[in-house]
Amino acid sequence: MIRAVLVINNQGKPRLAKFYNYTPVEQQQQIIRTIYSVLCLQSNFIDGASIFGQDTHLVYKLFATLYFVFVFDSSENELAMFDLIQVYVETLEKGFNNVCELDIVLNYTKMHTILNEMILGGQVVETNSQNIIQAVEEISKLEKVTAATKLISKSASILWG
Amino acid sequence: MGSQGGFNQSKEFLDLVKSIGETRSKSEEDRIILNEIETLKRRINDPDIPKRKMKEYIIRLVYIEMLGHDASFGYIHAVKMTHDDSLLVKRTGYLAVTLFLNEDHDLIILIVNTIQKDLKSDNFLVVCAALNACCKLINEETVPAVIQQVVELLGHQKEAVRKKAVMALHSFHQRSPASVNHLVLNFRKKLSDNDPGVMGATLCPLYDLIAVDVTPYKDLVASFVNILKQVAERRLPKTYDYHSTPAPFIQIKLLKILALLGSGDKKSSEQMYTVIGDILRKSDTASNIGNAIIFECICCISSIQPSPKLLESAADAIAKFLKSDSHNLKYMGIDALGRLIRISPEIAEQHQLAVIDCLEDPDDTLKRKTFELLYKMTKSSNVEVIVDRMIDYMISINDSHYKTETASRCVELAEQFAPSNHWFIQTMNKVFQHAGDLVNPKVAHNLMRLIAEGFGEDDDAADSQLRSSAVESYLKIVDDPKLPSVFLQVICWVLGEYGTADGKYSASYISGKLCDVAEAHSGDDAVKAYAVTALMKVYCFEKAAGRKTSLLPECQSLLEELSASHSTDLQQRAYEFQAILNLDANAIENIMPLDASCEDIEIDKTLSFLDNYVQTALEQGAEPYISENERSGTLNISNITNRSPYEHPTHSLRFEAYEVPKPVVPTKLPPADTYPTELVPVSVPESSYQPTLSSGPDVGSGSGSNELRLRLDGVQKKWGKPAYSSSSSSSVSNFDSRTTAVNGATQSDHVTAKSRELRQPAVDVSEEKQKLAASLFGGKTGKPERKQSGSAVAHSKASRTTNHGEDKVQQPTTVTTAVQSPPPDLLDLGEPTGAVNSYSSVADPFKQLEGLLDLSQDGNAGTTSSSGPDLMALYSEPSGQNQKDNMNSAPNPSNHAASLSKGPNLKDALDKDALVRQMGVNPTSQNPNLFSDLLG
Repeated sequence: MIRAVLVINNQGKPRLAKFYNYTPVEQQQQIIRTIYSVLCLQSNFIDGASIFGQDTHLVYKLFATLYFVFVFDSSENELAMFDLIQVYVETLEKGFNNVCELDIVLNYTKMHTILNEMILGGQVVETNSQNIIQAVEEISKLEKVTAATKLISKSASILWG
Repeated sequence: MGSQGGFNQSKEFLDLVKSIGETRSKSEEDRIILNEIETLKRRINDPDIPKRKMKEYIIRLVYIEMLGHDASFGYIHAVKMTHDDSLLVKRTGYLAVTLFLNEDHDLIILIVNTIQKDLKSDNFLVVCAALNACCKLINEETVPAVIQQVVELLGHQKEAVRKKAVMALHSFHQRSPASVNHLVLNFRKKLSDNDPGVMGATLCPLYDLIAVDVTPYKDLVASFVNILKQVAERRLPKTYDYHSTPAPFIQIKLLKILALLGSGDKKSSEQMYTVIGDILRKSDTASNIGNAIIFECICCISSIQPSPKLLESAADAIAKFLKSDSHNLKYMGIDALGRLIRISPEIAEQHQLAVIDCLEDPDDTLKRKTFELLYKMTKSSNVEVIVDRMIDYMISINDSHYKTETASRCVELAEQFAPSNHWFIQTMNKVFQHAGDLVNPKVAHNLMRLIAEGFGEDDDAADSQLRSSAVESYLKIVDDPKLPSVFLQVICWVLGEYGTADGKYSASYISGKLCDVAEAHSGDDAVKAYAVTALMKVYCFEKAAGRKTSLLPECQSLLEELSASHSTDLQQRAYEFQAILNLDANAIENIMPLDASCEDIEIDKTLSFLDNYVQTALEQGAEPYISENERSGTLNISNITNRSPYEHPTHSLRFEAYEVPKPVVPTKLPPADTYPTELVPVSVPESSYQPTLSSGPDVGSGSGSNELRLRLDGVQKKWGKPAYSSSSSSSVSNFDSRTTAVNGATQSDHVTAKSRELRQPAVDVSEEKQKLAASLFGGKTGKPERKQSGSAVAHSKASRTTNHGEDKVQQPTTVTTAVQSPPPDLLDLGEPTGAVNSYSSVADPFKQLEGLLDLSQDGNAGTTSSSGPDLMALYSEPSGQNQKDNMNSAPNPSNHAASLSKGPNLKDALDKDALVRQMGVNPTSQNPNLFSDLLG
């Protein structure tokens, strides 16, 4: 299964951190730091044994200023994970039109929504970026609708909220 | 500012992100965030806050927590948000909650109810959000609350919901298999879902289930094969294509499942052959995902019942991976090779050069993977080269995890395949020197035991030779101030036990060294303890042998210092030593028998030697001894077995205080465990000395060492003779086959000798690699070391030598077997080969080599490059100075000198290997040290 998905910028700042097994905040930071420190080798695969424990692998890919890192165990294929990063970035590209780091920081929830459509509970569920975007757009449309109706009844909700 | 899709954020958030982005230091960032936390804390508790604002605050909290700060004060608000009616707010709430909480968090109980409600919602997006949360937040206790609804959702009309329901069920199964076991059938059913996405999702839980137990799913083999076939034949809708490969992730998952199902099952495997072969053939080698599938096919092929045809195509695919320029593909190739090698060891041979390239690659991941491969293919013929390489690598890295791993692998390989005791000791020395604190202390004890016992044979001469060589090598390095503690303990023990045994070194010399050790490592009590005991042994052996002995002054002062030590153990040892000083030679011989570390210590547990004393005491009217059980039985019938004083709360009198003998044993035992000397099977000094003190400790330490003996005996199996002795028997016949093969090559050599001379100057790279390859794989050979002299005369001479090779080779064999066994399986790969490289001959190895290597060069001159004589002559000159610049990047000759003393050719090969790289001739190699510096 996939253990974590991380997006780290080239200064080591985390831009997205999703751990599929619960990891305490301090440990998350520790992991992000360690991972960042090994992200400048030539190949895109890193043995994760010293960071995540036995039987873990890391795959990462650099896009502009961002490292996309997937951590997973031996039940996944490294090259396939490499392509999953591609899928994720392609989807972001479609979702944001020319995605850049700022988009990612500011649309934190959308990043997560897209990721949740792709990976659920550490398993890959969808790899077609078109499908993912469709689902995400459907969600955001609905959210807008409910947000609009909320505005009308806003005064009411303030009363009991 | 990205404004798509209603995920808009306020200006405040933008400012926060910006200001954090502009910070120069961590403390500045922390200050900003702490400010932000203060603001949020204040605002979030405001009851009149609009929902929209609240949502943004929560997002900011998530952001803060991602940056490593505590946001727990806002958790409850995130939980509240999940209750909201608005989908936007609800989803934000769920997102925050899944990021903040783990499934055992106290707040979960507040969410379960909402999840239950949302699972019933008409809006499928709400259901999806709830299922998402289920995957992360439901633990064993809360599973029953939602499981019924999740199972119902498996039949939902929307495939997105079905898919998520399958995954939720899967995550329940991961967390608490027991509560979902009765629902496992649902996964099978969902396999035939008419939406391929749901089917694909179902493969995930099925894979996990099959990994646990294969048998119940054997009947699914046909279905899986069928699905895989359909997928591969593009029967799925186009939307499942990825980079024009049909549903690659489904294919990969299926191949993984088939690998599990086919493992060791001929019938199932046969069903798979066709489809795997088809996929392997059809896959697109140009795209990344195509290669992923190919790799998965190879894994599958190596796991199921082997099929020769598939193995062949797998080997071809691996060849393509290894030849690729992409590091990723090389990495996969090495990985795949490691898998396939278990089934068909001979394929490694085709790729030896590629493997060596990877070994020298600056990329650490690739290198590590390659070492893993080498580790898997180690046998007695190539153990020396591989372990040397591993040690070099171990020295060059800083990461303690990999250092430990490499060190333990070195030890393991050395223990399993050691060609000679001498080599083993040298290797161990190196491992200890460079990673001593990281290796398991048990390894040190094994080493001491090996030195004490030899290989368990009755060959005393070989044993004592081993000991003297150990003593000698230790004396050489003992002054190194940076030796790790464990290793120093070994050194002290060996010096004490055998330092003076062969009479080469005087007692005062050894004692001096031991005192130096104790002084130099004054902070390390364990080392001091070993040193003082060793001093005592040296003194005793001298005195027992009737020689005139006097303590060195520094030894005297050491004793004085230790008898005032804070460590009771050191004190005890010092006093024991001082007591021994006053005894006569006869008594000393009994206390410290020479070389008795392997003798069994007989312990008289009944203490029969006290019988007389007891008898007299009884006769004088003493009370007879009542055993403990009887005693407590008379005191408290209900508690016959209960000895603990704290478990008799009803007793008004503390009878236990009078139970004298019992406590002695347990209190003495712990020290026996903590002090390393006594862990060594050689507790002779202590235990034979102690009986005079009291009877209790005797039993204690005796049983302590008994336990140890048992444990170590288990280890001895590793050391057993089989690997060692079998090698010597097979070696002769192997060499026959080699020489004949070489003779075959001789003819062609003369013909092409001239053309080769023309070709030689153009070539420079792969000579050393080939040599290394030859010693690793026993495959195609490298070229001779002394190529520069490769004139026509040398040729004819060389070929003559090889023609008589048979006689010549056998001669060294007989000479060397006493000390070492020649590597046996060198040639089981059936190549006319430079396997000689790792073979050492006392006679003239170079003569044979020249012939052999020159001849066989012909065979591969066409395909691979060969080296020019001029270049080689150049290299051999500046070795001394260059080597210093580049200690870590390459096999260091000084490191090798010791261990490779019996294989001069090999050493040269590695030297040159290093040189070539220093001179930058070899384009693929760089100094890995540069990288390790970069990486910090």
